[in-house]
Amino acid sequence: MSEQPLLKVRGLKIGATVYPPGEKPHNIKIVHGVDFDLQPGKVLGLIGESGAGKSTIGLASMAYGRGGVELTGGEVWVNGRDILQASLGDIRKLRGGEVTYVSQSAAASFNPAKQIMEQVTEAAIRQGKFAKKEAELRAVELFRKLGLPDPENIGKRYPHQVSGGQLQRCMTALALCPQPDLVVFDEPTTALDVTTQIDVLAAIKEAIRDTGVAALYITHDLAVVAQVSDHIMVLRHGNMVEYGDTDQIINAPKEEYTQALVSVRSITHEEKAPTDSPLLRAENITARYKGTNFDVLHDVSMDLSPGQTLAVVGESGSGKSTMARVITGLLPPRDGKLTFDGRTLTPDQPSRSIEDLRELQMIYQMADVAMNPRQTVGTIIGRPLEFYFGLKGAEKRQRTIALLDEIELGEEFIDRYPAELSGGQKQRVCIARALAAKPKLIICDEVTSALDPLVADGILKLLLRLQAAEDVAYIFITHDLATVKAIADSIAVMYQGRVVRYGPKSEVLSPPFDDYTDLLLSSVPEMRLGWLEHVLATRKMESAGN
Amino acid sequence: MLKNLPLSAAIGLSFTAIYFLAAIFAPVIAPYGMADVVGDVWEPSSAEHLLGTDQIGRDLLTRMIYGGRTTIWIATLATILSFTTGSVLGFLAAVTGGWFDQVMSRFVDLMMAIPSLILALVILSSIEATVITLIILMGLLDATRVYRLARAVAVDISVMDYVEAAKLRGEKLGWIIFREILPNALSPLVAEMGLRFIFMVLFISTLSFLGIGVQPPLADWGGIVKENKEGINFGIGAALYPAIAIATLAISVNLVADWILNRTTSLKGGRG
Repeated sequence: MSEQPLLKVRGLKIGATVYPPGEKPHNIKIVHGVDFDLQPGKVLGLIGESGAGKSTIGLASMAYGRGGVELTGGEVWVNGRDILQASLGDIRKLRGGEVTYVSQSAAASFNPAKQIMEQVTEAAIRQGKFAKKEAELRAVELFRKLGLPDPENIGKRYPHQVSGGQLQRCMTALALCPQPDLVVFDEPTTALDVTTQIDVLAAIKEAIRDTGVAALYITHDLAVVAQVSDHIMVLRHGNMVEYGDTDQIINAPKEEYTQALVSVRSITHEEKAPTDSPLLRAENITARYKGTNFDVLHDVSMDLSPGQTLAVVGESGSGKSTMARVITGLLPPRDGKLTFDGRTLTPDQPSRSIEDLRELQMIYQMADVAMNPRQTVGTIIGRPLEFYFGLKGAEKRQRTIALLDEIELGEEFIDRYPAELSGGQKQRVCIARALAAKPKLIICDEVTSALDPLVADGILKLLLRLQAAEDVAYIFITHDLATVKAIADSIAVMYQGRVVRYGPKSEVLSPPFDDYTDLLLSSVPEMRLGWLEHVLATRKMESAGN
Repeated sequence: MLKNLPLSAAIGLSFTAIYFLAAIFAPVIAPYGMADVVGDVWEPSSAEHLLGTDQIGRDLLTRMIYGGRTTIWIATLATILSFTTGSVLGFLAAVTGGWFDQVMSRFVDLMMAIPSLILALVILSSIEATVITLIILMGLLDATRVYRLARAVAVDISVMDYVEAAKLRGEKLGWIIFREILPNALSPLVAEMGLRFIFMVLFISTLSFLGIGVQPPLADWGGIVKENKEGINFGIGAALYPAIAIATLAISVNLVADWILNRTTSLKGGRG
């Protein structure tokens, strides 16, 4: 390497003080000595699960520790000086000047009371890099480069007047406006729909290439990072697991952990043929929310056979969660009919029989808020046993332990509170609670989307195993097509409140596609180099988020 | 449970305990009878009369102990009344919503628009002030504040997924209110309870001072201030003892409430 690296990190150690209630505050280590170099104009992907320390490292390159986080040791060299030793004044010049930051949620990062242009140019003007006029010209140029509509005037809008994907691109423009040497992208596409993600990703990639800026790209999605970065560093529990160029990490990972990350979502599931008598039949459901004057579901029909999985796929706002509310009776439809196990389901939940309620269970996306934080695991799982089957005392405890075994947690979990469980364990307890009712149908609402890929994999495997053992049917609501491919028997693709494609998995996922399904399918990041360019060159329809 | 008891909680707990024990065992520990005239008017403190005597020669320590008994008794029962009615109605309004919520909330707004002291004066001028009527009056007037807090807390909780999960299971209102919502609403309610108890002490003292609260010969702290207020002109501090008692009780009860709050906020069942 002839050139001096732009960013040189040596032995970086990061710690934090935690204050658990009822305990003495103590120090924990978040990052245990990480080294890496980043050359000018190159992109380094930092990848790992939550808690791996990837965002913390990203922020450390701006000499910043978020919320009580301390940079306890090591060196961070930017442009030939150690910024951990730099004075406050120097750091102020660095942040927003030499190094800029793009956060995960642009919606939460923009000031809703100011116009976009003012915010995009603020850092560049305050750092004295450009005069107001020049900065605005540069911003318009960046808006154009990032593919935003009407680049001359979009800066006059307020943050709520543009879509989520557009706002994320505005934030990228904000970061690039002061002509930084390094941009830290912290999960910039994670909060976006899959079809929007692809456009933002392409825009970011192009902007990086055109401006010659170097970047740290932080994400948990290996397939995404493979599209934009030159090198990848895999992190786990604050340690570096593997470092290499993108090609090597994706195609020939050396470490076991990296191999697991690369091969995630390799579950295969034999599709079952639908039976003649469906367990659940929804016919011509039309629904709207109280106090609104437009329908969110139009004429939706779908069937589900006993012991099978129906995946309902779509972007946010497509009506898939509303469909779940209609089936559970939380939102009585305006029109249409639900038949469950041969009998008609009454539209509103309070009028349903205990049997109907028992046989139709639900698992939520956020396991955190789906369990009462003041009840122990034993109460959470035991309550349905008591409520539906009248089990008490030793009998109830025995059955609870059996259920804990089924979800691969041990007896020792019975007295724990939800706060004492990890994300994956919480979701498992929710599954056990649903299972305790011996249901015929479980509605799974985005149950894996809040989880890390490896943990999500475990949950999907568990659900498949339980389906085989208990003969329970699932309605699987998700935006993630990889999950759908892994577990579905039949698929309903929803778009703006309508089912646009419906049928057995093999049919729905094989051509010829309608335009929307094609867009959705092609937008799922694939773990190979050059996927992004290929998709953009071949797709037929623009995503709705544009 | 008492391990790792912080110093502030220990202080609060011991003072509160002293006041409550004195209230319960007043007849046993008080040196004289409550209404007995045992000395001269406004005697200074001496071996026989630790705090001196009051404006007609009764032992002031005895009056303070019996007065504390009345004050704490009324304040405690009124607080319990206001919290049970206020929080149950508040939770119910939050969970059921609709017309019940509207009617209750507007009625409470109406009640709160009238200053509670003035309302109490008006009501007490038309009914007789006995201990029972005072407790009911104070409890119900204060329940409006508790209702607003309980409803606001429960509205946030009732939209959580775990409440929805309980509804989908087919749970009745009782389970949802007492098993799903109450445990999660307890922290703010306990904090409020410490404050409310002290407001009750002040409220009953105010009423007695104005002469429409606890009626003589029954002693209470507000009444003692009223009886002895002339003494201040002559440099007699008798009226100040109730003030000191109210202040120390207020602080110590809130120290205890803070400590309970710390323990109940822990999501690990207070054992982490």
